[in-house]
Amino acid sequence: MADIPSDAPQHCPGTASEQAGKTSACQGCPNQNLCSSGATKAPDPAIEEIAEKMLTVKHKILVLSGKGGVGKSTFSAHLAHALASDATKEVALLDVDICGPSIPRIMGLEGEQVHQSGSGWSPVYVEDNLAVMSIGFLLSSPDDAVIWRGPKKNGMIKQFLRDVDWGELDYLIVDTPPGTSDEHLSIVQYLSSARIDGAVIITTPQEVSLQDVRKEIRFCQKVQLPIIGVVENMSGFVCPKCKNTSQIFPPTTGGAERMCEEMNLTLLGRVPLDPRIGIQAYCLSHVPREESAG
Amino acid sequence: FDVNLMLNCGNLAQVQHVVLILSGKGGVGKSTLTTELALALRHSGKKVGILDVDLCGPSIPRMLSVGKPEVHQCDLGWVPVYTDAQKSLALMSIGFLLEDPDEAVVWRGPKKTALIGQFVSDVAWGELDVLLVDTPPGTSDEHLAVLENLKKQHKVDGAILITTPQAVSTGDVRREITFCKKTGLRILGIVENMSGFVCPHCSECSNIFSKGGGEELAKLTGSVYLGSVPLDPLLTTSIEEGKDFIQTFPDSATFSAINSIAQTLLTSIQNP
Repeated sequence: MADIPSDAPQHCPGTASEQAGKTSACQGCPNQNLCSSGATKAPDPAIEEIAEKMLTVKHKILVLSGKGGVGKSTFSAHLAHALASDATKEVALLDVDICGPSIPRIMGLEGEQVHQSGSGWSPVYVEDNLAVMSIGFLLSSPDDAVIWRGPKKNGMIKQFLRDVDWGELDYLIVDTPPGTSDEHLSIVQYLSSARIDGAVIITTPQEVSLQDVRKEIRFCQKVQLPIIGVVENMSGFVCPKCKNTSQIFPPTTGGAERMCEEMNLTLLGRVPLDPRIGIQAYCLSHVPREESAG
Repeated sequence: FDVNLMLNCGNLAQVQHVVLILSGKGGVGKSTLTTELALALRHSGKKVGILDVDLCGPSIPRMLSVGKPEVHQCDLGWVPVYTDAQKSLALMSIGFLLEDPDEAVVWRGPKKTALIGQFVSDVAWGELDVLLVDTPPGTSDEHLAVLENLKKQHKVDGAILITTPQAVSTGDVRREITFCKKTGLRILGIVENMSGFVCPHCSECSNIFSKGGGEELAKLTGSVYLGSVPLDPLLTTSIEEGKDFIQTFPDSATFSAINSIAQTLLTSIQNP
């Protein structure tokens, strides 16, 4: 797993990278011999530690898109609230968008801080049964920028999974940034021993979004991440005055519906349709390993 | 003595100005506005280039309807893809290098950094008045890579920041402003996109993504407010189909908004 030791130089490629110990940045680093010997490419012990931690989390759902600004965070927040509306369920929302953490604002938790205790970091509770974690809670000012390269972002995601005191959860929803890069690879790899139920893919109707979303779907296929379904957001706007519908982001190539048909995926819904029903049903019908074995 | 600088000193040497298009936020219209500003600048007689460093979600090729051309090599490196025979608009994007357009580029930071280094130094742009650099959202590998490599080769005039009116966007763009200040990148101004939607049926204006955020952000951070662009289904359809909006709707309010921003930008980079 790509990781940066605290004494590493500025352009450290990460200890588990193929280039570990071999790049020009590695010259003079105290870890250079260790890295170039290949010892650091052993499986990251954090993966097992995280799997252990995740035993008390029944369902893990990733919210992905290839495209930015389609409503991943908005959807994740609404999904988390919807699932937590059942007071008997424990729900958590983890925001792994390290550069652009929107979840604190969307959940009305700006200015909240995270506390450390003996059992790890305490997430911020927005309801008794709804916990939230985001790098946003670790920044002291709204102007603070997280200007980190991949390996450092990966380290943060590892800490979020391993060091947060999640407790017993029915659902862990993970909101992600757009793309198919470090954050996405890390979340899948760190959770590789913990079984992710699947991913919900968010898109808007137009081809410029679908183009990127198809790549995300390929990513899911590549890393063998099941796709629960696709949600088409921003699907038509009804004018509050004349009540006519306008397609602001026009589905020029058939929208999410055609893409789902072509790629054999479930269209969970279009806003304002309620897609969470499809997701709850999916989770209820996919019983965790431990329960079905017993 | 930098051998790379010596060997590659040709590629950006005849590019007059380099402007980055940034946001902290995804989906605010960076690629759309990069495309539209490029078309507006071309419309006013400038030779323009677009470098698309969004490796995971390259949108520029489709927006300019260039299909899947082959990228050729010449003595100086890669030949950019031109949108027309007059070579008035030159492009480079990872989109042109993928066999399959749906292929996902699943790369970690170091690999992205390496390709962006090549994009900056190995594309034979030739003579350009302005090179616009479209970026993905965030403040990470791609942004650091493009800036570091540009600074080695050429001066960077600065960056335009795109936002939409609502707080969830300006919240991220504030961080991008911090990135610019920390890296010494001049902020040429802020553009507010998706600034109101005029219903084509009854002309009622709805502020779908709230309002006022762009100007407030400019005031708060002491930046220039370059202007706002409305949500226009004609523009989004044009972009979808890779048509030149400037040519098809020259009389629209959206075109004047974009053109005014392009002209202000040009004045600002020609008279720093």
